[in-house]
Amino acid sequence: MLIRSLCIIFFFLALGDGVSFALSLPVPGNVIGMMLLTFSLCRGWVDLKSVKPAADLLVQNMAFFFVPPGVGLLLYLDLLSREWVPIVVAYGVSTLAVLVGVGWVMQKMERS
Amino acid sequence: MTAFFTGKAFSVFITFLAFYAAQRLYLRFRYFWLNPVLLAIVGLMAFLSLSGIRYEDYFQGGQIISFFLGPAVVALGVPLYVQLEEIRKRGRAILVSMAVAAVVGVVSAAGTAALLGASAPVVASIAPKSVTTPIAMGIAEKIGGIPSLTAAIVIATGILGAVIGPGFLRLMGVRNPVAFGLAMGAASHGIGTARAVEEGEAQGAAGGLAICLNGIATALVTPALVKLVMLWAR
Repeated sequence: MLIRSLCIIFFFLALGDGVSFALSLPVPGNVIGMMLLTFSLCRGWVDLKSVKPAADLLVQNMAFFFVPPGVGLLLYLDLLSREWVPIVVAYGVSTLAVLVGVGWVMQKMERS
Repeated sequence: MTAFFTGKAFSVFITFLAFYAAQRLYLRFRYFWLNPVLLAIVGLMAFLSLSGIRYEDYFQGGQIISFFLGPAVVALGVPLYVQLEEIRKRGRAILVSMAVAAVVGVVSAAGTAALLGASAPVVASIAPKSVTTPIAMGIAEKIGGIPSLTAAIVIATGILGAVIGPGFLRLMGVRNPVAFGLAMGAASHGIGTARAVEEGEAQGAAGGLAICLNGIATALVTPALVKLVMLWAR
């Protein structure tokens, strides 16, 4: 069961990478693969049960997979110490902006 | 002996060990800042620095783990499909909100950074910071950013949103549960959604939805918006 669902997921990842490369899209192949998988589920080309085992496993443990690239920050400690002011201010401002932007727009449209 | 400590198996082992220990610590104390990802990363950074193992050697094994970010993003298509009914019901409002999330997120992050004099790779790394790490790293790589810097900023964004998000949204008068969940998921992805879940089921589902939709929207708009911001900043 797990093998079949992994097979489906890697098919869509390879397809997404292929589409991203062939059309030289700026969108990563994994995002295209996700969209194609959702579309195929909607059309009934892929059965939810056949893809769920691996999908649940991957989604639930996603946090673990980004530990190694995070450790790569070691290589950029000097960059970080040089540019920490714009980085910290930009991420703080932007996080608040998105929170309030989405919150207000959605609440307004829900009421009307 | 050196060959052992720089081997792939050892790298994979210490990554599992660090994450397992971090998870145990988090489950034991449940402080938000004991975020397992953050702890594991800091722990491994300290270990590599102290032991003198080079990151390049560690990443030979590490990339076997991070490779699974790709299929994990594809797998997000499953929860997205499951929530599709909900999206259809509130279709227009959700799509507009997510377009706002993507544009505001990228322009405010890249714009502020550029304005304060950040270099081009840093601006490109910070632009996709609101979306889930694997998507953000994919975007950063495509537009000339530094994926590991993006990963760190994304995690920091998640923690910030989870900590101050609920209070800030209440202060701003956002009380609608779906609006609350979407805002948390859009601003701070999985970590923010985990916090939104504590507020209620509707908030949690909306947060999960926002992770997928904002991830797609941000992947679509970031390359063009970052180019515009760079032109304007110059």
